[in-house]
Amino acid sequence: ILFLLIMLLSPCVLLHAIMCRVSCSYGYAWDANEEYLFKAMVAFAMRRYSSKSTTQISNVLLCNVTDRVSFWFVVTDSTKNVTTVPGSEVEEAVRMNRNRINSAFLLNDKTLQFLKISSTLSPPVEPSTPVWLIVFGVVLCLTVAGIVFLIVSGIQRKNKESSETENLEEKCEVTVTIENGIPCETLDLKAGHINGVYAADDERFTSL
Amino acid sequence: MSKDLSVDVSPESLKEDGRPKWDNKFQYILSCIGFAVGLGNVWRFPYLCQIHGGGAFLIPYFIALIFEGIPLLHLELALGQHLRKGSISAWNTISPYLGGVGVGSWMVSVLVSLYYNTVLTWVMWYFINSFQEPLPWSVCPLNENRTGLNEECYESTAVNYFWYRKTLNITPDVTENGTLQWWLVLCLAACWGIVYLCTIRGIETTGKAIYVTAIFPYLVLTIFLIHGLTLPGATEGLAYLFTPNLNILKNPHVWLDAATQIFFSLSLAFGGLIAFSSYNPPKNDCEKDAVTVAIVNCMTSLYASIPVFSVLGFKATTGYWDCLDRNIISIINKFDLPEQSIVRQNYTTWIRLLNSSYPEKIAGLKLKSCDLQEFLDQSVSGTGLAFIIFTQAVILMPGSQAWAILFFIMLFSLGLSSMFGNIEGVFTPLLELQIISKSTPKELISGIICLISFLIALCFTLGSGSYWIDIFDSYAGSLPLLVIAFFEVIGVAYVYKIKRFSKDVKWMTGRNPNLYWQITWRYISPLLLLIVFVAFVTLQIQKSPSYGAWNPKYEDFPMKEEKVYPPWVLAICVLLAVFPCIFVPLVALFHLIKRMLGSKDPSSVPPEVFSCQGANSNFPHPKI
Repeated sequence: ILFLLIMLLSPCVLLHAIMCRVSCSYGYAWDANEEYLFKAMVAFAMRRYSSKSTTQISNVLLCNVTDRVSFWFVVTDSTKNVTTVPGSEVEEAVRMNRNRINSAFLLNDKTLQFLKISSTLSPPVEPSTPVWLIVFGVVLCLTVAGIVFLIVSGIQRKNKESSETENLEEKCEVTVTIENGIPCETLDLKAGHINGVYAADDERFTSL
Repeated sequence: MSKDLSVDVSPESLKEDGRPKWDNKFQYILSCIGFAVGLGNVWRFPYLCQIHGGGAFLIPYFIALIFEGIPLLHLELALGQHLRKGSISAWNTISPYLGGVGVGSWMVSVLVSLYYNTVLTWVMWYFINSFQEPLPWSVCPLNENRTGLNEECYESTAVNYFWYRKTLNITPDVTENGTLQWWLVLCLAACWGIVYLCTIRGIETTGKAIYVTAIFPYLVLTIFLIHGLTLPGATEGLAYLFTPNLNILKNPHVWLDAATQIFFSLSLAFGGLIAFSSYNPPKNDCEKDAVTVAIVNCMTSLYASIPVFSVLGFKATTGYWDCLDRNIISIINKFDLPEQSIVRQNYTTWIRLLNSSYPEKIAGLKLKSCDLQEFLDQSVSGTGLAFIIFTQAVILMPGSQAWAILFFIMLFSLGLSSMFGNIEGVFTPLLELQIISKSTPKELISGIICLISFLIALCFTLGSGSYWIDIFDSYAGSLPLLVIAFFEVIGVAYVYKIKRFSKDVKWMTGRNPNLYWQITWRYISPLLLLIVFVAFVTLQIQKSPSYGAWNPKYEDFPMKEEKVYPPWVLAICVLLAVFPCIFVPLVALFHLIKRMLGSKDPSSVPPEVFSCQGANSNFPHPKI
């Protein structure tokens, strides 16, 4: 058994081991089942990276698991006799599939840390039109619409006022011209009035 | 000769003078309150409270309010209401020698309108960016080759980067102008468009708009108050703000700051208040109005400082917790201790324990010392408070978009209602000057004013624009106002004579101004203004005018680089401060010379004779 332990421990001394640190205060405790899932994920990553389906869960070895939860792990290659896969290959495999590994544990790059593997920074999603331009367009349209409405209503009001004053002036012209207190219309100037006083005197004058 | 001119206006002729008027009294009061309550109530008063001993600052503040703020406010409102004219014509009516006071306040209104709307442009830019998820100031962008974060952003913070680079695109020096920032130009156009929309027909349109822009900020402040008080760390912030330190009252700076804050907060000497009250019916109680507006303004300042400091306390506490958490993580990682063994509460005991047992390891970790007081001490006023500190705090709140949108709409409304007052201070005197014919539509005049202001304000959208706005704010928006207000009080108290003014006020309000008004108008306010003016000038001269430049290449970046203004910029500063004030003596001198020239020529007939003859010829001859 001692021999087996030594066999298991020795890979971690090798240079190809990668340190991993888990902050698992997020709802579950780190136990043997979690370790099994971790081994499965690393094997999955290795399979996808090298596209040869030979990596088994038993090829992934964890060691020096502390209470903090941090540990070292190596991946052995069963095709070649008990040699470990170079660290750079493992790093690359994990980096490629980082997202999947994180999601399996419901963790992110900060809570599931692989030391020496820097996370590739994904650029933020940029929509084709920046959002602020759309909002700005809305604000500007409302403002211009308001201005146009007010100017047009101002012009309409002015036209209405000037047409009202015109109507008023016409009404004034229609007012009757007054001569000596008697409206002209009642005095029918075309047809003259015969003054009855003078008409009666016609008979007094002798005819020639 | 001017003293013989009667300024009594008979009541009957007022009904037909065709002057626009307020729809109701509430609109007028709301407009005055909106003008007085501005951005300074939110971002200057809480800062002053904090640095000047918390609750103790309220003592000099209220003393300044009673002896300087309210008397001057009453004076301006009564003046405008009685003379029913804008600032230039009103002061011309009081005395042609004092016409310069009106011209000076008109000039200040012009200068302030120019740069104030650019501040609103920044607010609008942040507002339209608040609709994004995640907020653009919460993450640093990547650098060109996508290997890491942008360097300038990484060394300062994402919030700083968004303000200085993405918004202002600031140049490292005030002499380097940079280019016009097209996004700011667009927002500036939109802002001036909104101002035009609201002031298109003078008080007819602003009177409607003010219902929204004056009341909405109070709603948002209340929402922030309720939310802010529920945030962790709010009580620390409030305790820090209001804990009185009475020793601070021995420092004359505190009294000076209180006096200047009251003065600028009430928006006195801009001419806008005179313009607003000139549209009032003549028999209106201006005394009650003045006291109401002043008290509402002060209460708003206090009311606004509560949510501001709750949020600042929350931000300081979050920063302190982050500092602690980072230290805890490094200790846990170094010593491979289980998670949750060290928490914030037992951090200090653990540190002591580990320091005694493994001092070298602890020293090797280079832990930062986390002090809550230090985080609370990071006090900022002005644009820094709104665009850096508050935006950082908003990111930490759940639902940050909604809070950011609310906050920036509130700032926009506050600034817009103050802009109405500024524009009215420019608009009303122009309408009354003889240079504009009566048939020109108001829409055209306000359009031309807004267009010219927009074109001039394009200078503030350059790379160095924010440095220029600081210059304008410190020099054009401060000293001339003190001078103009001083001459206002002196003019009314000693040229127009208080007895006559009291009679006018009695005619308007129905009661004689009591002893408080008499004493403050005659002696206390002018004296106080003189002292404040002298102290202000002395302080300005003592400290060499310098500014903090944002220079990414500075060795102590992200600290600001202290630079001195070059001589030509200093000349502009002096010009800005002196130009509005110079009109006061200039106009007086002009009239004095005119009078002297007029009296030298004996053949010139005094104008009164002509008017009598003219009047005679108009009367129909009774014998015809």
